[in-house]
Amino acid sequence: MSATTVTLEIDERKPTVEIKPRTGWFDFDLKELWQYRELLYFLTWKDVIIRYKQTAIGAAWAVLQPLMTMLIFTMVFRKFAGVPSDGLPYPIFAFTALLPWQFFAQAISRSSISLVGNRDMISKVYFPRLIIPVSSTLSPIIDFCIAFVILIGMMVWYGLAPTWGILALPIFLLLAMQTALAICFFLAALNVKYRDVGHAIPFLVQFWMYASPVAYSVSLVPEPWRFWYSLNPMVGVIEGFRWALLGKASPDFSAMAVSAVVVSVLFFAGLIYFRRMERTFADVI
Amino acid sequence: MSDIVIRGEQLSKLYKIGVAQDYTTLRDQMSQAWRGMFRRSTAEDQEKGEFWALKDVSFEIKYGQAMGLIGRNGAGKSTLLKLLSRITEPTSGHAAIYGRVASLLEVGTGFHGELTGRENIYLNGAILGMTRAEITRKFDEIVAFSGVEEFIETPIKRYSSGMKVRLAFSVAAHLEPEILIIDEVLAVGDVIFQQKCLGKMEEVAHAGRTVIFVSHNMGAIRNLCTDALWLKDGHLEMSSEVGLVVDAYIKSIDLVRTQHDTDMDKRVGTGEARTKQVQLFSSDNEPCYTFAMGDDVVVEFEVEFFKAVPFAAFSLDIRQKNTGINIVHNSSLEDDNYQIVNPKPGKYRFRSQVKNLLLYPDLYTISICTWNRTSIIDFYEDTLDFSMVQSGLTNRDLSNHKRGIVYTHSKWSELS
Repeated sequence: MSATTVTLEIDERKPTVEIKPRTGWFDFDLKELWQYRELLYFLTWKDVIIRYKQTAIGAAWAVLQPLMTMLIFTMVFRKFAGVPSDGLPYPIFAFTALLPWQFFAQAISRSSISLVGNRDMISKVYFPRLIIPVSSTLSPIIDFCIAFVILIGMMVWYGLAPTWGILALPIFLLLAMQTALAICFFLAALNVKYRDVGHAIPFLVQFWMYASPVAYSVSLVPEPWRFWYSLNPMVGVIEGFRWALLGKASPDFSAMAVSAVVVSVLFFAGLIYFRRMERTFADVI
Repeated sequence: MSDIVIRGEQLSKLYKIGVAQDYTTLRDQMSQAWRGMFRRSTAEDQEKGEFWALKDVSFEIKYGQAMGLIGRNGAGKSTLLKLLSRITEPTSGHAAIYGRVASLLEVGTGFHGELTGRENIYLNGAILGMTRAEITRKFDEIVAFSGVEEFIETPIKRYSSGMKVRLAFSVAAHLEPEILIIDEVLAVGDVIFQQKCLGKMEEVAHAGRTVIFVSHNMGAIRNLCTDALWLKDGHLEMSSEVGLVVDAYIKSIDLVRTQHDTDMDKRVGTGEARTKQVQLFSSDNEPCYTFAMGDDVVVEFEVEFFKAVPFAAFSLDIRQKNTGINIVHNSSLEDDNYQIVNPKPGKYRFRSQVKNLLLYPDLYTISICTWNRTSIIDFYEDTLDFSMVQSGLTNRDLSNHKRGIVYTHSKWSELS
C-alpha cells in the first residue's frame, strides 16, 4: 500500500537524467549536443593551439606543407611526367587542389585516432563522444584558411580572377567535411577496439589521393571510367575548387549529386555505428 | 514532493574480461571467428571471461544526503560511479537522477601540458560542463584558491605535480552541481591540500547539496558522510547510516584478515614462531574495532611456537592507515618488563593493554612483532584495522580540522 504511494509520488517528476541500457538504433540528442557546443569550441581551439606550440616556425607549417608538396608535384608530374593541367599554370593548378585535399587528409587522419588520443577524457568524464571526432575534423580548417591566403597571393601573381562560382566554395568545403566525418565516424569508433585502424590510415589517405585529381587532371581519366571515378566525392570537391577559383570547366554536377547522396547515406550510417559503439567506449578503450 | 535525488534499480554491469583488459586486434577477432566456425560454442565458453562488476544494486539517495561508497578493491565502487556519471552504460537495470550532476573521478581530466594555466582552466572547466561565461565569472576565485597566480600564464608542463593538482582541484571545486560525485581524488596532493579539499567537500555537503563520495579512508567517510553504501563483490551488502555501515565494514575486513593469516610466508622474521588471531576488545572485554579518544585498547593475540626458543618478547605498533606513519611503539620487555622464557613448541595467548589511546579520529592499523635478543622471530604487520572516533575530551570539531595525529591534554594561562 505505502509502496504504491511512493512510486506514484516519484513518477510525477521527470528525471534530469535516465540511466539505462540503450536499445534504440537511432537516438540523437541534439539538444544535448547543443548544450555542449562550448566544449566543441574549446577542444577545437586546443587542437589548433597545441599543434604549433613549441615549434620554431609555428603556423608557417600550415603554409609550408602544401607549398612543398606543390613544388614536388610540379617537379615530378609536370617536368618529368609531363602531366597536362588543362591550360592552367601547373603550380596553381596543383595548389588549388591541395588545399581541400590536405584539409580532408588531415581531418581523417587526425579524427580517426582522436578517440584513442583522448582516452583519459573518455574514461573519466561524460560528454557526447561525437564532439571529439568532430572537433578534430574542424581544427584543420584553420590550416586551410592560412594556406588560402597564399592561394590568393598566387592568383594575383598569375593574374587569375575568380568566377561567381566562388560563392559555391563553402558548399564544396562542406562536402569535403561531410565525407571526412562519414569516414571518421566509422574509423574512430573502430580504432577504439581495433588499433589496426591507426596503421591503415596512412595507406587509405595515400590511396585516396591517387584516386582524386590532386596531381593530375580529370581529363586523363578514360571516358568510360569517368562516371564511376566521379563518385569519389573528393573528385567533385577538387574540380569544384578549380572551377570556382580558376575558371576551369565545371565539374560533373550530376555525378557530384550522386556522390553527395552516397556520402549522406554513409554519414548517417557512420553516426548510427558511432552511437552503437559509443556504449562500450569507456569499457574498451 | 519526493526528496529522492538518485534512485538506482537493479543496476548491473557485465564485463567481458578479455575485452575490458586490452584492445583486440582485428586478426585475433578473425581467427576466433574462424575457429568458431568449426566448433559449437558451449555455455562454458560464454561464462568464461565474463564477470558481473555490479549485480542488481538498488538504492535511493535523498536530497542533502552525503553518501559514502565503501568496499574493497574490485567491489564495484568505480563501476557504480561510472554508471551514475554516464561514462558507461549499465548492462541492465535503471537509474533516475534528478538534478545536475558533476562527477570528479579524476582531477585535471584533459589537462594539456603545452597549455598555460589559464588555458587549462577554461578547457578543464568546459570538460566538466561549465559554460565559458561561468568560468570567466569564477576565474579569479579559481586562481586564488589554487595558489598558482604567478604561473597562470606558464605552460603547466613546467608546474610541479602538486601545482597541477591544486589547479585542477580548484576548477573542480568551483562547479556548482546539485549532485557531486567524487572518487578518491584526495589520494593525491600533500596533506595540507587534502585538508583543504575535505573542507571544500564538507562545504558542499553542508550546503544541502547531494554528495556521493568513494574513499578507502574510513575517517573521511565518517566525517563527511551521513549515510553509506557498502558494496561487496558487485552487490549491495549494506545501506544505512554511516556509522553502522563503516563499523560493519571494518569488522568484515577483520574477518577476512583472520582468514588470510595462514599465508605467512611473506612475513619478516626467522619463522620460529607465528602470530595468529589478533583480536581487539574494549576495556570491558567486548570485541570492539571502534574506540573513542582516550579509551583503552585491549589487544589479544595467539602465537604459535614451532621450535623451543630461550626467550621471546613482543612489541606492538600502531600506524595511521592512510599514511603508514608509525605513531605508537610499545615494547613488552622495555616498557613493562614482560617476556616469556623458554616457550615450548605450541600455542600461547597474550594480551596487551594500550592505555588511554589519544589518537584523532581516523583509521589505524596494528602490527605485532615477536623477537628475541638478537633477531625478529615474526613481524605481523598491519594485522587489522581499527578506527578512532571523537569523545568529549575536546570541543574542537575534529571532523573538519585534522591537524596532527595525537591529542594531548593541555592547560593554558596568561603570565602576569
